[in-house]
Amino acid sequence: MSVFIDKNTKLLVQGITGRDGSFHTKQMMEYGTAVVAGVTPGKGGQKFEGKVPIFNTVAEAVAKTGANTTVIYVPPPFAADAMMEAADAGVGFIVCITEGVPVLDMTRVYPFVRERGSRLLGPNCPGLISPGQSKVGIIPGHICIPGPVGLVSRSGTLTYEVVFQMTRAKIGQTTCVGIGGDPINGTNFIDCLDAFEKDPATTAVVMIGEIGGTDEQEAARFVREKMKKPVVGFIAGQTAPPGRRMGHAGAIISGSAGTAAEKMQAFEENGVGVAKRPIDVVDLLKGAMR
Amino acid sequence: MNIHEYQAKEIFRKYGIPIPPGEVASTPEEAEAIARKFGTTVVVKAQVHAGGRGKAGGVKLAKTPEEAKSIASQILKLTIKGLPVLKVLVTPAADIASEAYVGIIVDRASKRAVFMASPAGGIDIEEVAAKTPDKILRHPVDPRYGLQLYEAMQLAFFLYSDMKQVRATAKILQQLYRAFSENGGSLAEINPLVTTPEGEVVALDAKMVIDDNELDRRPDIAALRDESAEDPSEVEARKASLTFIKLDGNVGCVVNGAGLAMATMDLVKYYGGEPANFLDIGGSSNPEKVVAALRIITSDPNVKAILFNIFGGITRTDDVANGIVTAIEQNPLKVPLVIRLTGTNEEIALKILKQHGLSAMTDMDEAVKKAVALATGGKAA
Repeated sequence: MSVFIDKNTKLLVQGITGRDGSFHTKQMMEYGTAVVAGVTPGKGGQKFEGKVPIFNTVAEAVAKTGANTTVIYVPPPFAADAMMEAADAGVGFIVCITEGVPVLDMTRVYPFVRERGSRLLGPNCPGLISPGQSKVGIIPGHICIPGPVGLVSRSGTLTYEVVFQMTRAKIGQTTCVGIGGDPINGTNFIDCLDAFEKDPATTAVVMIGEIGGTDEQEAARFVREKMKKPVVGFIAGQTAPPGRRMGHAGAIISGSAGTAAEKMQAFEENGVGVAKRPIDVVDLLKGAMR
Repeated sequence: MNIHEYQAKEIFRKYGIPIPPGEVASTPEEAEAIARKFGTTVVVKAQVHAGGRGKAGGVKLAKTPEEAKSIASQILKLTIKGLPVLKVLVTPAADIASEAYVGIIVDRASKRAVFMASPAGGIDIEEVAAKTPDKILRHPVDPRYGLQLYEAMQLAFFLYSDMKQVRATAKILQQLYRAFSENGGSLAEINPLVTTPEGEVVALDAKMVIDDNELDRRPDIAALRDESAEDPSEVEARKASLTFIKLDGNVGCVVNGAGLAMATMDLVKYYGGEPANFLDIGGSSNPEKVVAALRIITSDPNVKAILFNIFGGITRTDDVANGIVTAIEQNPLKVPLVIRLTGTNEEIALKILKQHGLSAMTDMDEAVKKAVALATGGKAA
């Protein structure tokens, strides 16, 4: 078992012929993901790698192939439209990898997608992987192994680092989800924690946060109030200065709010194990799963 | 992207917001001439991308053109929060009956643009939010419809009871929303919004922050960037498509990915060192980016050791290794270098480094410890 994606995931790739889209589509296919269709306006009728049919519109791709999940690699100016097109075509799960989507676009996309009953992951996220079953996005498959731990993170490479340390310690994963580093995203920590709590194969959860906003604090309260499974967490940005955007659009301490210290305290107060270093996640997990 | 007060005022004026006249000076003589033209008491205001200008002595009244000249000369010598003041705004002083705050930001929690209004204007709104939260009215805006008149009136009634002022303020709020949403703002603020003894409502200050992700599709707004008001190393980094933020420590950090970059800085601190910077070389890093990164970091005289922390996913570690080798050939390093890399094409990367007499570690903690020890002369870790 896993969350959001599994063996039944039938994936559509929006922007399949672009530089990033084509590279990562090949990687996903090699990993074993069922890529059933691609969309690039104007290239309908062609085939990707001689196998995957390309369509002009998402509606057509869904009607012809039954795709139930889409991943978006289109450039930032077109990403909002791509997300809305997917939701309007009834795709239930939309993963947007694109970095640099204007936040005011997201204020329109978020309610649009929600009202159509779809789930959005991202934007500006690495996607997700259910090791051994399916990979949607850009997380390197070789660093993951199947196992009982669910992982949710706002970061990309920091996630790889933690997963890599877990895999080295032979702690496998049900699903690793990157929710992305933007201030407005489709899926937050609580959505993922809730899914992991309900997933029978997941026995413990890792939560990797960073400075900015209050998502981690609210997630910590959710852990105490709604979860039985153990959760351990790490927060990046303990040395980040206030008022500066640390790469991710959402990673900024506003005034005195959103600091790493405040998030770590919320973890502690709500029974989430606090890793001081990324490597400490491994020992905390071993303790929690004993 | 930050823009200056005078630039924000120009945008707000275009939308009809009442703003007193004002002109920008970059020399004391220019300030004097502007003050003479206005022929009244003026305010001289530092134009710098830092808050707390008033407290830092960057905003002062001048009763005569001569005084405007001497005050401008003082302010143009100031450095506020590390940034030199290169321009001042000279504007006629207004008589103030009351001061309020109005602003709009993108709010993560409601996932909307949210208005904030407070009758406690003129001071730090975060202080008001922390100490007297009941003095702030918040109102999220539905992006599909924008700020409707009745919503603007609700906010305005929170500030004033005089109907003329309420109507004037509601109009200003709708204009402010349009200025914000049509120019890709992530923040737009009037602090203070004042009433004059005659009962007029006027915006005395203006602040606007533009979402960096909007700049590609808004070249006119992107052109407002004032590079002289920014840290030179951050300007160079942006031109090389790197994200760089200078800090005060002595361990220079080059990392791929923002989260890992922050975690690396934290680990430097954990092992007793201080990071000199945040630097993210991004996902698909090419060798040229690495060359630019090393040039920027080595230009900081505080840096005593350089740490590379690369987790290859999309980033190919051999690209990074090539970049390191090229950079060192162009400009030999005067400080020790510690390289940690693992992931995509690791074997090729290690071979490249070895051919050039360099080596790399695979464990992040060990690499950070070593870099800290080298930067502190072996005292820490």
